Amino acid sequence: MTTAHEPTIPPPRRLRPWNAVERRLAKVGISGRVLVLLAPALWLLVFFLIPLAVVFGISLTTKQFGRPPYSPLLTTEGGTVQLTLHLNNYIRLFTDNLYVAAYLSSIRIAAIATIITLLIGYPMAYAIARSPDRWRNILLMLVILPFFTSFLLRVYALTGFMRGNGVINQFLGLFGMPPLVMMQTDFAVYVGIVYTYLPFMILPLYTTLVKLDTSLFEASADLGARPLRTFLSVTLPLSLPGIIAGSMLVFIPAIGEFVIPSLLGGPETLMIGRVLWDEFFTNTNWPRAAAVAMAMLVVVVVPIMLLQRAQSTMVEK
Amino acid sequence: MRRGWFLPIAAALGFAFLYAPIVSLVIFSFNESKLVTVWSGFSTKWYAELFKDPQLLGAAWLSLQIAAVSATMALVLGTLAAVALVRFRRFKGRTLFSGMVSAPLVMPDVITGLSLLLLFVAMESLLGWPQGRGMLTIIIAHATFCTAYVCVVVQSRLSDFDRSLEEAAMDLGASPIRTFFDVTLPIIAPALVSGWLLGFTLSLDDLVIASFVSGPGSSTLPMVIFSKVKLGVSPDVNALATIIIGIVALGVLGATILQLRARPKKARP
Repeated sequence: MTTAHEPTIPPPRRLRPWNAVERRLAKVGISGRVLVLLAPALWLLVFFLIPLAVVFGISLTTKQFGRPPYSPLLTTEGGTVQLTLHLNNYIRLFTDNLYVAAYLSSIRIAAIATIITLLIGYPMAYAIARSPDRWRNILLMLVILPFFTSFLLRVYALTGFMRGNGVINQFLGLFGMPPLVMMQTDFAVYVGIVYTYLPFMILPLYTTLVKLDTSLFEASADLGARPLRTFLSVTLPLSLPGIIAGSMLVFIPAIGEFVIPSLLGGPETLMIGRVLWDEFFTNTNWPRAAAVAMAMLVVVVVPIMLLQRAQSTMVEK
Repeated sequence: MRRGWFLPIAAALGFAFLYAPIVSLVIFSFNESKLVTVWSGFSTKWYAELFKDPQLLGAAWLSLQIAAVSATMALVLGTLAAVALVRFRRFKGRTLFSGMVSAPLVMPDVITGLSLLLLFVAMESLLGWPQGRGMLTIIIAHATFCTAYVCVVVQSRLSDFDRSLEEAAMDLGASPIRTFFDVTLPIIAPALVSGWLLGFTLSLDDLVIASFVSGPGSSTLPMVIFSKVKLGVSPDVNALATIIIGIVALGVLGATILQLRARPKKARP
C-alpha cells in the first residue's frame, strides 16, 4: 500500500536548513532524539546534580583562611594522593543546640503554616472548581497572578500591612481597639508563608477537584447522606492526591525559607534557611553551611518523594 | 444547601487576603508623605525619585538582562526536556532524568544557591572557568531553575494535543525536525510564551540564589530592594513595586488572553 502512494508525494521543493543539519549529524551517528535528550540532561547533570555532590564533598572539609576558605579534600604529597575527611561539621550539628532547635522549629513552623494554607486554600479551590465555566478561568487567573508578581515585593507588602502603624492597626484604631503587635513574631512568619504559598496549594487542589465526577455527590445525597457526610466520605478521600501535592509544595520550600523569617520574623524566629545564610555570609564558614544544607536535604527528601507519587497519581487520573 | 453560601464567602475572603496587601502597597506609592501608612495627599514624587537613583537603575537594567537571557536559555532547555519526557516513552535513566527536571522546582533556594556557588568555586580552581562571579554565573543559575518551570508548562501542553497532526506531517515525508518546527512548534507556541514569561519573572524575582552566586559589583534588583527593605519601609520601594507589579500583571493578562484565544481554535474540527 505504501508504494502506491509514493509517486503522488512531491519532493520537498524548498530544503529547509535543518534538513541539511540533520543529515550531517546523522552521518556522525547522532540522531535528533539523542540531541534532544542530551542537552537538558547534561545541563542538569552539571548544574544541578554535581553541585549537590560538591556540597557533600565540602561538608566534609573544615574551615580555613584563604581562597577557597575550606581545607582541600585531596592533597598530593610525594606522589601519593591523600584524602582528608572531617566529620566535625556533622558532629556539631547534633551537639550544638542551635542547629537542633533550628531544625525542629523550621519543621514546626512549616507544618503549621502548611495546615493553615490547606484550610484556607481548600474552600477556595473547591469554590473555583464548582463555579460556572465562564468564571472559572478568571478566578484561576486571579490565583495565578500573585504567583507571578514578585515574591519579595509581596512579603514587603505584608510588612506595610502588619506594622505597628500599618493598615490593620489603623483599621482597628477606627473602632478604638488597641494596636496589635504582629511584626517580628512567629505569627507574622505564618501569615507570610500562607500568603506567599497559597497559590501553590490552590492549583493542585483545583486540578483534582475539577475532575471529580459530580454524579458521585448526587448518588451520596440520594442515599441520604448530608452534605457534610458526603464531603467527608466522598470528596475528601478523592481529593487526597491534590491535598498531598499542594501540602508538599508549600511545606518543602517553607522549610528552607529565608526571606520571610528575616523580613517578618523576630530575632528569636529560628529557621534553618536563615541559619545556613548566616553561617555562609556572616561567619563565612562554608563547610558548616554545606553540612547544614546536606542535613536540610535529608529533611526534604521524604516530602519530595511523597510529592512525586502524588503528582503521578494525579496525572494517571 | 449550606454550602451554597459558605463557598463563595470563603473564596471572597481568600481573594481579599491575596489582594489587600498588594492594593494597599499600590495606593501608598502615590502618597505624598514619607510615612508610608499615613495618607497625606496624592503625589507621584516617589516615582520621580526612582529615576534619580543610579544604583537602582543599574540594578534594574542588570536584572532585566539576566532575566531575558536566562529565560531564553531555559525556554530551549525546558522545551527539549519536555519533548523528551512526553514523546520518548522509554529510555535509559528516565527516572533520574525526570527527577532532575522536577527537583529544582521544590528545592529550597538556599540549597540551590549554596550548591551552585560551591560548584563555581570548585570549577574555577580546577578548570579556571568561570573567572570570578557575576552576571554569567547568575544567568547559569537562573537558567537552571527556570528550565524546570518551562518544562512543566510545556509538558502539560504537549501531552494534551492531537498527535495525529504530527503523524500526518511525517507520513507526508517531513523529517522529525521539520515536523517539530512546522507542526508542533506553532501548536505549543502559547505554552512557550507563558513558559518564557514565567522564567523571566522568576529570574527577575530571585533574591536568595543570586545573592550566593553574584560577585562584587553585580547586585541585582531584588538584592538592592532587600537591603533597602531591611532598613524599613520606604515609599520609593512602593513606587518601584507598583511599576513591577503593573508590568507583570499586563504580561500575564496578555498571555492568558493569548491562550484563551488559542483554545477554541483547537476544539473546532
